[in-house]
Amino acid sequence: MSSKSFNSGSHTSGQDESGKKFGMWLFLYTEIILFGGLFVLYAVYFAKYTGDFIEGGKELNRLFGVVNTIILLISSFAVAAAVTAIQKKEKIKSMAGIITALLCGLIFLINKYFEWSHKIHNGIYPNSEKLVDGPDGLNQFFGLYYVITGLHGVHIIIGMTLLLISLIFVMTNRVAHNRFAMLENSGLYWHLVDLIWIFIFPLFYLVI
Amino acid sequence: MENQQEQHIIGYKTLLNVLLLLFVLTGITVGASYLDLGQLNVWLALFIAAIKGTLVLFFFMHMKYEGRALRWSFLGTIFFLFIMISFTFWDVAFR
Repeated sequence: MSSKSFNSGSHTSGQDESGKKFGMWLFLYTEIILFGGLFVLYAVYFAKYTGDFIEGGKELNRLFGVVNTIILLISSFAVAAAVTAIQKKEKIKSMAGIITALLCGLIFLINKYFEWSHKIHNGIYPNSEKLVDGPDGLNQFFGLYYVITGLHGVHIIIGMTLLLISLIFVMTNRVAHNRFAMLENSGLYWHLVDLIWIFIFPLFYLVI
Repeated sequence: MENQQEQHIIGYKTLLNVLLLLFVLTGITVGASYLDLGQLNVWLALFIAAIKGTLVLFFFMHMKYEGRALRWSFLGTIFFLFIMISFTFWDVAFR
């Protein structure tokens, strides 16, 4: 077998861009199953405690949900545009896209902070007296709320870290039009976080 | 350095159109939640979320332009997710 056994189209620099992307996707599949499992849990308890879930849903502020949805959609667009820009050798535009996404992520987290503190202030937090002594379904609803949005928030923080590293790589030309796997993979991660929010939003804020 | 694997570039305009479409769908799903359709509310919300997710997947995540390996492995993941969901409900329903 010669050195160009497969992937004969790879770059002369020895970089395997499509392999890196495939590896990222394999990881994303595990993320889909992770959040999928939590959604199944939500669905089963929703079927069992429909009344309590409706009560719990009323506690959530729709406005926070809508604003955070729009912020994440804009940030996803900005990252997709940053990838397009790097492919077109438009470094400044690419950096602008990443910075926009980072700012959106920050606003998302600030919103989440206010949303959570408001609830904790009202005595709704894991193991609080109000939940433990209240109906089972309500306890389940807010337990799932904190686990799912919390895990999603952790993903936002990881995604922002990856985007920040990508930004530095673009600035220092380590990411360029012919090798942008780092930016592309960070983008894929960020889009997945957005994708998960697209399902969290109606389930918690709208359905009930 | 000639790149044989021609990378597909998605234009800014396409991306912007996708974003606008996602805004519209968000509006629709919020509007639909004010209608009282009973059980149907849940399915409608999930249906719209699935459309939004597909848009993100196809355009922002470039899946529309990927090869067979990625497409089929993604569908495989969704298939296993489907098994997980349906077997769980199968179990819960007959307890």
